[in-house]
Amino acid sequence: MSTLVTFFTRRRGRRRWHATDILAYLYLLIGVVVMFGPVLWLVLSSFKTPAALLEFPPTLLPLAQKTVVVPGYAEPLRLFDVTMADGSIRRLAQVRRVGLQAQMVDPAGPDEIIRVHIDQRSEVRHFRLATENYTEAFLRFNFAIYLRNSVVVTVTATLITLLINSMAAFALSKYRFRGRNAIFLIIISTLMIPISVILVPVYLVITQVGWVNNLWGVIIPAAATPTGVFLLRQYMLTIPDELLDSGRIDGASEWRLYWQIVLPLAAPALAVLAIFSVMWRWNDFLWPLIVLTRSELFTLQVGLAAFQGELQIQWHYVLAMTVLTLLPITLVFALLQRFITTGIASTGVKG
Amino acid sequence: MSILATLSSKLAQGVYVLLMNIFGLVMEPLQRLIGVRRMPYLFLLPNLLIFGIFILFPMVLNLYFATTSGTALFPQERPFVGTANFERLYACQDYFNPVTCQEDRFWRAVHNTTVFVALQVGGMILISLTTALVLNRKIVARGFFRSVYFYPVLLSPVVVALIWKWILQRDGLLNALLVGLGQEPVQFLLSGTWAMAWIIIISIWAEMGFYTLILLAGLQSIPSELYDAGAVDGTSSTQRFRHITLPLLMPTMMVVLILALIRSVQQFDKVFVLTGGGPGTATFLLVQYIYSTGFATQIPRFGMAAAASVTLGAVLLIATIIQLRLGRSSERHLA
Repeated sequence: MSTLVTFFTRRRGRRRWHATDILAYLYLLIGVVVMFGPVLWLVLSSFKTPAALLEFPPTLLPLAQKTVVVPGYAEPLRLFDVTMADGSIRRLAQVRRVGLQAQMVDPAGPDEIIRVHIDQRSEVRHFRLATENYTEAFLRFNFAIYLRNSVVVTVTATLITLLINSMAAFALSKYRFRGRNAIFLIIISTLMIPISVILVPVYLVITQVGWVNNLWGVIIPAAATPTGVFLLRQYMLTIPDELLDSGRIDGASEWRLYWQIVLPLAAPALAVLAIFSVMWRWNDFLWPLIVLTRSELFTLQVGLAAFQGELQIQWHYVLAMTVLTLLPITLVFALLQRFITTGIASTGVKG
Repeated sequence: MSILATLSSKLAQGVYVLLMNIFGLVMEPLQRLIGVRRMPYLFLLPNLLIFGIFILFPMVLNLYFATTSGTALFPQERPFVGTANFERLYACQDYFNPVTCQEDRFWRAVHNTTVFVALQVGGMILISLTTALVLNRKIVARGFFRSVYFYPVLLSPVVVALIWKWILQRDGLLNALLVGLGQEPVQFLLSGTWAMAWIIIISIWAEMGFYTLILLAGLQSIPSELYDAGAVDGTSSTQRFRHITLPLLMPTMMVVLILALIRSVQQFDKVFVLTGGGPGTATFLLVQYIYSTGFATQIPRFGMAAAASVTLGAVLLIATIIQLRLGRSSERHLA
């Protein structure tokens, strides 16, 4: 018991190694495997051919069977190592399979057909990334359209959120006016109201405005985030009012004070909100699922969910599309992870 | 490359100045019209407009939907039925046995959600706390390990569900490992118990990094002088954990608990993509009841969906009030 407690409670500053240090690193290493392993497996699998995906047990790396072009045959033929009757092993190409018999040819002498039992052959395989999963997903399906819709929604919604949230935060932090506290309280009190609680009435509003099957129906309702107003207001409170007063003496309009003095100074908070907003909008699922019913308007998330729900799941495309969907977020994370983790730890927000 | 960077930043600045000047063409005459003292209302207007139309107004309207029936979406076409929707929703001979309830799917969802929330929140807090305590030690590359646990938080629910669906399927990685160990393969998503277990594990996997971060921040805000003083007084590490770490971490734990509860009650998208609520209704949760009753059906029952969401809203409201109360009392405690 006490070693367990030592394991959890030792703090920085001690110099020598201790048994609990090893336990701690073991815990963290298992953590790396558990957290990254599934994603890595997804990425590896997405480069496998449909045939390799069906295999059980699966291979770790994407392997594909080698093929060879033999004169006299239009299609490339699959290569096998065949154990011959005398025990020797020959590398042959398969022409066709009839029941338990396989008709093979030697690529060097394609005139002679060799008949072997199928148990006597084993596939010749090599490491190959099936990048066609990706290109075909793009060409054969609406994937490019989903991608475009997602980018449009994410970028537009984030820009609108930054603008209107910062304007509201500016008013709430830099002016004294009647109803200020009441308005702030009402906004804050809805922090915990998720869209799932008001699905039906919001859908009615969207229908009345004519935004069903319209990207605006996804963009606008989510734009006035209470989180953003709260975050920006707290930050803007730290900007000294004297800066605004001196601007007013110079004859600047209130709008000018907002965009030339306050916004540039609030850039760090705006950046945090921008990252949050991009993550929220890119990952949104339930609301777009309700608003968008025509497939050419689907966002990536909705399109991906619809595609994987089909009767015959075409895993090789689903996996490739999933990788492409998580790629932008992963890049943002790799570049900005310090910023994101400290930002969240200090504000404790999540939409 | 650097020329490109300066160029694009110059371009972005130019666009920013241009846009703001265009908005200024509207805002500056308006300021002359209404005066400086009313300007804050103008700044609030766009946000409040969207906020009012898409959040506040729907919250009120939701009550109206909950007290009307029919399949029409437009309020004027919906007959008022008073509390009939709620009565139907709550009509039950035995609340512990959903089959005896008139709206058995709702109660099935309530049961499933209760089990899910209890196990998911409990498990998640335990694992997050353990991880935060380990990360709070003198660890090489702490930043790296911290982000390892945080990475899945950023993934979309659909992606999370697909990652695991691929691992859990019949010919998947997990079954390959099981067979490798000499076990029988399991159809994880076709067994009710397994499916429930896995949606709990997966949602812990996907969300624990967020709570770990908050708990870690809480741990790091405990002044190290307290531990030094404790060590000088000759206390054991067990005592220091019980009398310094735990009480000082309590306020953070409470915040984490309530946040996790609120999010857990609304769990939907991961489960919807992974199991679709199945097998049968084994993983059918509350938000999916709202979605499937109001939207994913030929004959939408908006009244029932709204009544269920009012119930959900009430639960969330109570949780939020508790959080605010606890927050206030812990502040007083610290002050």
